[in-house]
Amino acid sequence: MATTTHEPPKIEGQPERPDRQRPSGNSGNGGWRNMVPADGKLPAVKDYSPPPSSTGIWVVIASITMTFAAFTSALIVRQGSALDWGHLTLPRILYWNTLVLLASSVALEVARRQVGAFMSGSQPRAAKPTRWLYISLSLGLLFVAGQYVAWAQLRSQGLFLATNPNSSFFYVLTAIHAVHVLGGLGGLIRVIRRMNLSILRKSTLDATAYYWHFMDALWLYLLLLLWMKI
Amino acid sequence: MHDMAKHDAVAHHAPTSFIGKHVFSLDHKVIGKQYYGMALLAALVGMGLSWLMRIHLGWTNAAIPGLHLLTKNGAPGDVMTPEFYLQLMTMHATIMVFFVLTTAPFAAFGNYFLPIQVGAEDMPFPHFNMMSFWVTFVGFLVLVSSFFVGTGPTLGGWTQYAPLSAIGEVGGPGEGTGVVLWALSIAIFCVGQLLGSLNFITTTLDMRTRGMSLWRLPLSAWAWFITSCMGLTAFAVLMPACILLILDHVAGTSFFVSSNIVINDQMQPHSGGSTLLWQHLFWFFGHPEVYIAIVPGMGIVSHVLITNMRKPMLSHRVLIYSMGALAVLSYMVYGHHMFVSGMNPVSSLAFSFPTLVITIPSTIVVLIWLGSLYGAKLRINSASLFALGFISMFIAGGVSGFFLAQPSIDIMLHATYFVVGHFHLVMGVAAMFGIFAGTYFWFPKMYGRMMNETLGKVHFWMSFVGAYAIFMPFHYLGLAGNVRRYQAFSPDYMQPLIPLHKFITVAALFTGVAQLIFLYNLIHSRFWGAPASDNPWQATSLEWSTPTTPPPHNNFGDKLPVVYHDPYQYGVEGSAGDYVMQTSPEKVTTGSDEA
Repeated sequence: MATTTHEPPKIEGQPERPDRQRPSGNSGNGGWRNMVPADGKLPAVKDYSPPPSSTGIWVVIASITMTFAAFTSALIVRQGSALDWGHLTLPRILYWNTLVLLASSVALEVARRQVGAFMSGSQPRAAKPTRWLYISLSLGLLFVAGQYVAWAQLRSQGLFLATNPNSSFFYVLTAIHAVHVLGGLGGLIRVIRRMNLSILRKSTLDATAYYWHFMDALWLYLLLLLWMKI
Repeated sequence: MHDMAKHDAVAHHAPTSFIGKHVFSLDHKVIGKQYYGMALLAALVGMGLSWLMRIHLGWTNAAIPGLHLLTKNGAPGDVMTPEFYLQLMTMHATIMVFFVLTTAPFAAFGNYFLPIQVGAEDMPFPHFNMMSFWVTFVGFLVLVSSFFVGTGPTLGGWTQYAPLSAIGEVGGPGEGTGVVLWALSIAIFCVGQLLGSLNFITTTLDMRTRGMSLWRLPLSAWAWFITSCMGLTAFAVLMPACILLILDHVAGTSFFVSSNIVINDQMQPHSGGSTLLWQHLFWFFGHPEVYIAIVPGMGIVSHVLITNMRKPMLSHRVLIYSMGALAVLSYMVYGHHMFVSGMNPVSSLAFSFPTLVITIPSTIVVLIWLGSLYGAKLRINSASLFALGFISMFIAGGVSGFFLAQPSIDIMLHATYFVVGHFHLVMGVAAMFGIFAGTYFWFPKMYGRMMNETLGKVHFWMSFVGAYAIFMPFHYLGLAGNVRRYQAFSPDYMQPLIPLHKFITVAALFTGVAQLIFLYNLIHSRFWGAPASDNPWQATSLEWSTPTTPPPHNNFGDKLPVVYHDPYQYGVEGSAGDYVMQTSPEKVTTGSDEA
């Protein structure tokens, strides 16, 4: 009869979860960083790791990716089985919308870096990053408005949701993407509100930024798909 | 114990108002109980519908008093019409699969016990968690509301195959508003489950307490984690499918209806859609759904059995790997539901192979259970009996899966009662037995009272005998060519089978009575059961380490636990007896007869 001795884990005197603590000042995933500002000006910014939002955002992105993979496979199968598949010229405004969305992402990234600098104490005032957050929000709203204009242009050409499979997929894909963008705008508004109240956590901003950048990548993918298939 | 590191995303004060405490609660334990309550309500509705169907199948022209209350035109003189039979069948299956088998073992028990088993004070996104339940509940209400609008609920079956599901009222009663409400309900349900999966995954990965490595998680926690990964990907596919189906109805698109289809002498206005597309999208969700229903049961049953065997499983890790393999393979086998769909035969072969392969991890899981049970001095109680019943049902239902995995045999049996018997045993009854095992095991922790063991054992034996009496004859019926979904058996060759249907109906009523005993036990024990101690089963995992029973609002009081051991230190010499809890810092000496 063999005997195994299980030693208790050696945890006394060690910092909590040492494997998950990183020195502050790194770039990249803020979830791994110490998020207490050096001067302690943001009292509600807590030091803990890892923030669930830094994992959760990837879970959300995985789920949205699966949803659009399903739509994509539906498009490919539907195109393959159809004799009614035609061609649809994409409204030119979509390309301008793309630039607006990318610019929004850039603005958010600037804001994120400035918030990081503010939290680390090297940026004394919070006003500047807030300005960039508003710019990002405005550009995001402009993107949604631009998408609406694109739908209006198609409608003026007599292309409605049920006109043909091309228009059906165009409206469905762009509308579902716009719904997700609106969700991101909601996240941005929440970030701005928390920033103004000085209770913003860096992880919240990071997660919102990752989501927003993912909306860019998703839109670029959709645009390519629509351009190739529709 | 170490000082609690308050987690901003999680920490929320104990509510004081009734609404905050019991209705819109952020507490994962309350949300778990809400899910359980909804699943119980849904199970009673689903069982009631199955009774109506069974009575109709045994005595086709019999009047069922009060049946007309459920339908405007489906029961003239309280006699069920063929269409209404199909509507009841569709609702029975939808309610049971989505709102019972998915919610009870996964969302209910997982919500209550996953954060506690990992040593957390709550899930990381409690608002999303609360939304998850209420969104799911709204989905349930939307589904049930279809009984009371238009021509009633859809009759297309829980799979809602196109084109029938996509053409509107011309397809039959309920194929208009009923289908739209069905698809809306399921899309809403998907949102709820995605929010739940988000919380389950992040809880498992980020909320574990000190010392709780992944391998120290109990098997139930592993099962919920694996299930949430499946849910995340499967429901994310079903939701767009439902959106497209709704658009075919309300916007006149043609995603799923092909050209030149004539139904009920009417040329359909759609063109170019793919009827197989719906099946692909649906079954890409549908087969993982089978494992979403059963894998939590595997974890719960393993957890219950180990506690009652007083020894760990033969291999903790292989069991986890096998559940993971089931999850991965479940996405590769979905085409076996489509062998008779007209799909390319080469595709059938491609789906047949992984279907046979998936029997390997299933068999490994069963062998680990049986091998671990061998020589164990099993404590016989209601929970362990239902755990054994789970294994029995899983084997009995799984064996018929070997036959159905082969296209040549499946083509003959696919549309018969053989398949109905197969899936009811392997995912229906087995999952239900997992729910019952979990209920008898965890009820003391959830409510601070013991359930009545005598009633529990009566419940088990009646359910065990009754379930086999119902579903084993289904296999015989299928082999005899009894087509499924028929509301009456008028062809000559089916006439001799009607007495067997009558027997099954009596068995279904008998088994249903057993569930009423369970319901009585549940309610009676909730208020008048014997008080439970903090650890009535002498178990080791963290849910039995809470300072009070039921656990306090933040689960562990002002100190989070520290974990020192693997989850199942049984058969060891510990200060508390033959077990050492995960939180105990004492050194453990374990013996192994096999080593």
